[in-house]
Amino acid sequence: MPVVTEEYDVVVVGAGHAGCEAALAAARLGMKTIVFTVSIDSIALMPCNPNIGGSSKGHLVRELDALGGEMGKNIDKTFIQSKMLNTSKGPAVHSLRAQADKQEYSKAMRQTMENTENLTVRQGEVAELIVNNGKIEGVKTYSKSVYKAKAVILATGTYLKARCIYGEVSNPTGPNGLQAANHLSDSLKENGIPLRRFKTGTPARVDKRSLDFSKMKEQKGDVPIVPFSFSTDPETIQKEQVSCWLTYTTEETHEIIRKNIDRSPLFSGEIEGTGPRYCPSIEDKVVKFPEKKRHQIFVEPEGNYTNEMYLSGMSSSLPEDVQFAMYKTMIGLENVKIVRNAYAIEYDCINANDIKASLEFKKIEGLYAAGQINGSSGYEEAAVQGLMAGVNAVRKIRGQEPVILDRSQAYIGVLIDDLVTKENMEPYRMMTSRAEYRLLLRQDNADLRLTEIGHEIGLVSDERYEAVKKKKQIIEEEVARIKTIPIGANKNTQNIVVQYGSSPLNTGVTLDELIRRPELDYEKVKELDPEYKDLPKDIIDQINIEIKYEGYISRQQKQVENFRRIEGRKLSEKIEYQKISGLRLEAGQKLDQFKPHSIGQASRISGVTPADIAVLLIYLSKEGK
Amino acid sequence: MNKTETIAAIATAMNNSGIGIVRISGDDAFAIIKKIFRPYKNKNIDEVSSHTIHYGTIVDGDQIIDEVLVLIMKAPHTYTRENTVEIDCHGGMYVLQKTLELVIRNGARPAEPGEFTKRAFVNGRIDLSQAEAVIDVINAENDFALKSALTQLKGSVSEKIREERAILLEQIAYIEAALDDPEHIEMEGYGEELRPILIDRQKVIQTLLDSADDGRIIKEGVKTVILGKPNVGKSSLLNALMGQERAIVTDIAGTTRDAIEESIRLNDVTLNIIDTAGIRDTEDVIERIGVDKAREYAKEADLIVFVVDVSKKLDSNDYEILDIIKGKKTIVLLNKQDLVKEAELDNLMKELEGMPVIETSITQNQGLDLFTKTVREMFYKKEINFNDQVYITNIRQKAALEAAKDSLSRAIDSIDAGMSEDFLTIDMMDAYTSLGSVIGEAIEDDLADEIFSKFCMGK
Repeated sequence: MPVVTEEYDVVVVGAGHAGCEAALAAARLGMKTIVFTVSIDSIALMPCNPNIGGSSKGHLVRELDALGGEMGKNIDKTFIQSKMLNTSKGPAVHSLRAQADKQEYSKAMRQTMENTENLTVRQGEVAELIVNNGKIEGVKTYSKSVYKAKAVILATGTYLKARCIYGEVSNPTGPNGLQAANHLSDSLKENGIPLRRFKTGTPARVDKRSLDFSKMKEQKGDVPIVPFSFSTDPETIQKEQVSCWLTYTTEETHEIIRKNIDRSPLFSGEIEGTGPRYCPSIEDKVVKFPEKKRHQIFVEPEGNYTNEMYLSGMSSSLPEDVQFAMYKTMIGLENVKIVRNAYAIEYDCINANDIKASLEFKKIEGLYAAGQINGSSGYEEAAVQGLMAGVNAVRKIRGQEPVILDRSQAYIGVLIDDLVTKENMEPYRMMTSRAEYRLLLRQDNADLRLTEIGHEIGLVSDERYEAVKKKKQIIEEEVARIKTIPIGANKNTQNIVVQYGSSPLNTGVTLDELIRRPELDYEKVKELDPEYKDLPKDIIDQINIEIKYEGYISRQQKQVENFRRIEGRKLSEKIEYQKISGLRLEAGQKLDQFKPHSIGQASRISGVTPADIAVLLIYLSKEGK
Repeated sequence: MNKTETIAAIATAMNNSGIGIVRISGDDAFAIIKKIFRPYKNKNIDEVSSHTIHYGTIVDGDQIIDEVLVLIMKAPHTYTRENTVEIDCHGGMYVLQKTLELVIRNGARPAEPGEFTKRAFVNGRIDLSQAEAVIDVINAENDFALKSALTQLKGSVSEKIREERAILLEQIAYIEAALDDPEHIEMEGYGEELRPILIDRQKVIQTLLDSADDGRIIKEGVKTVILGKPNVGKSSLLNALMGQERAIVTDIAGTTRDAIEESIRLNDVTLNIIDTAGIRDTEDVIERIGVDKAREYAKEADLIVFVVDVSKKLDSNDYEILDIIKGKKTIVLLNKQDLVKEAELDNLMKELEGMPVIETSITQNQGLDLFTKTVREMFYKKEINFNDQVYITNIRQKAALEAAKDSLSRAIDSIDAGMSEDFLTIDMMDAYTSLGSVIGEAIEDDLADEIFSKFCMGK
């Protein structure tokens, strides 16, 4: 039978949030790239929550943007509300979140994809990997066409052998009733890649007209709006925003759930996949926190041109009749009309311990995986992996070293290191608590941290890189200057200080000491500064943070120095750990299985103890490394 | 399990005492001993039970090297958790060397400094603080220090510190969880709850640090100052103590500017007597260096010996000294009992209430035994008092504890300054890591080498 055969540099399987970033990165770096999707109409689909960012995920998007990714720009084009979260806490945990118009988001990304040079978008189901001597050579579609490639990136999301479930209903489809990918799993297994089942879930969507918003609390967006992308001019995105609404479940809701819990496929055993603890269904929450009388639920619009509203916090896989009854017991939802049922989705994914920090499979050269197939959850987690996989696939083709961000450089580094090093038994969600050095890894300084790397990779323009260099320099000089400005304890000073509720000075100080006071900041004391400059807001923010939290920042930097010393002790892939004298059997086996790239990574593998690390260090010093 | 190289070394001090041990550890330990040991009655070494001693000869071919006792210890119940053999030789240094050479010729390699302990650590037999305690066993200057070192070996420091780390980690985890799940985990008023918890941790660490000072005393000896007005018998006391034990351990330059510490060992307790430059030339310490200097020395002293001349009337000098010793651990010697008593002691005795008072005649060698006994008793009372306590006896551990304490202070300051919880964890994590480095549960790239290189050969 004659078949279509085409040749590409890079094949990307899937056009969700990971696939889009991977394909764009590869194409923009000059690679002939093709991306496959089961439905062209579902590019960058948001099948669950209608927002981008949020606690720690906002960090990921900003980092992605600094490296030259698309997600930040795309949400800046299509958001309908924007909010900086956690502003009552320290700057480390501030996080940007934007409500998206889902359809617009998908449309905008599709437009970008379709208009990117070197990039072909193709509808079709990839069914088979072509592997020869442990090396990827291309893929075959279900229709038997062959696409040869030097590198293949799997970004299959939740589609592999997907099954959507609520109550006794079980549909063999991907999200939103889209066609599942039923064939690639077998090919992966045939190539020695073990798979496992994970599950996640989504709440019901309801008709806006059936809700009583007078019983809910309005959640407005921020003014002014802060863009996600460092390249978006804030002026261009200030606009009317739509509101979200806060409401609650009631004890009645919980009663209905408890009564019907045996009909939940999660509890009856119908669902075998493991779900995320950090994104629990409402039935999980009711079981886990029996003392809670109510749970807060956010009602969020799905877009400007639809009446569908998303019930954040109400994901469920209970039967339709139970859903119907339970949603009606929520405050303001007494007359609710459901548009789409809540459901759980179960899918195949790999154990990310089988891939390297470059996201390349350990066993198959040139094959990469990114996004939910690696056991992560969330659009943002997927997107950053997509970019890294795309970049590293290109670098592999070009014979360059992979780009691996470490835990002290970026949340992206934390995410990928956790995925490939730790044992993850459930979908992995990014959280601020996972980042050890989060005071340094803020969302507000992602550009300062990563633009240089993005530029080196080739995804960030010279212009943008120069601008960041300039910004860095201004901040440094300004912070240094402020520390030399003497402030006398005179009447003028006291007036200004007291005006902001701060205590008068006893003796003269330097300006930074005033700025450090909680009640004061760079702008408030500007009249005392003879050389005050009118600087852009983002620069003033950096100056304030650097001065106010200087002590904490420098202590965290010390922690990072320690971390880097250990991370800098590289381990060759050629080391045969089970032959190292004195290493415990279990540790030797684990290390041989993982082949960690550094002592630091080795120390994070479960089952490897500090004593084992001491042995490794002794071994390295013996080998003269 | 991989085959481990077999190592051997002379495990006893290098001197000519005539008795010494060659220790062999590793998979081939038994194979090697079988080649060079001819047991009495031709016992089969393979068949003997673990931890048994066997009499026989070490032979090099037909040549008998020494008559020995051989201790066979099977893994894992050995120090290194490997098969271990100890050859107890009797023929002096030359024979010991010869035996070691023979062992090495038959398949072992010479152990690196500290390698036995390194293996004990690597094989999970001991943790790092226990390994460090082994160094202290080797270096212990007296029995008490040895005892302290052994307590640590049992892991009591480790246990204590693990408890503290667990408490800290729980709080860190709570904050982290609350940051990620503000809907379900309440943070309101948490700082006030956390504050006393952190202060308690500081107190525990301070107790460990205080014990570090005790540790210093134990290892270095008790810093002792002899006070008394001129001609009261101070030099005689020093000479008598030195003569009695003939055991000057070292002459180390003292920490005090111009003083020399004379180390004198009374049975199992070492006294470091602060000997000012003139103390033996002229007995006139008060006159020479003045009351102020005496005060200064007394302040730093762990023990003061106050010598009173009962053959003379008490004068202002005596009363000035009384003032100096207030609140210090003091032994009072009422000296020159062999002469006619002139001093009226009633008033003085009232002032000295609670202090041990000994009637002596140093030149006649009277009361010195009682003095020695009293010093030891004071020491052992402390041992009894501190029996459950954990001693920190090395500088690295002490520095790590200090660092942990400082980090906790900063966390407490942050609470007081009203910083949000995400700032607290930075310093709490530092405290947690510092505590971990005391017991080797923090990953530090140079730590293991640093510690093991300090070991003597053969341990």
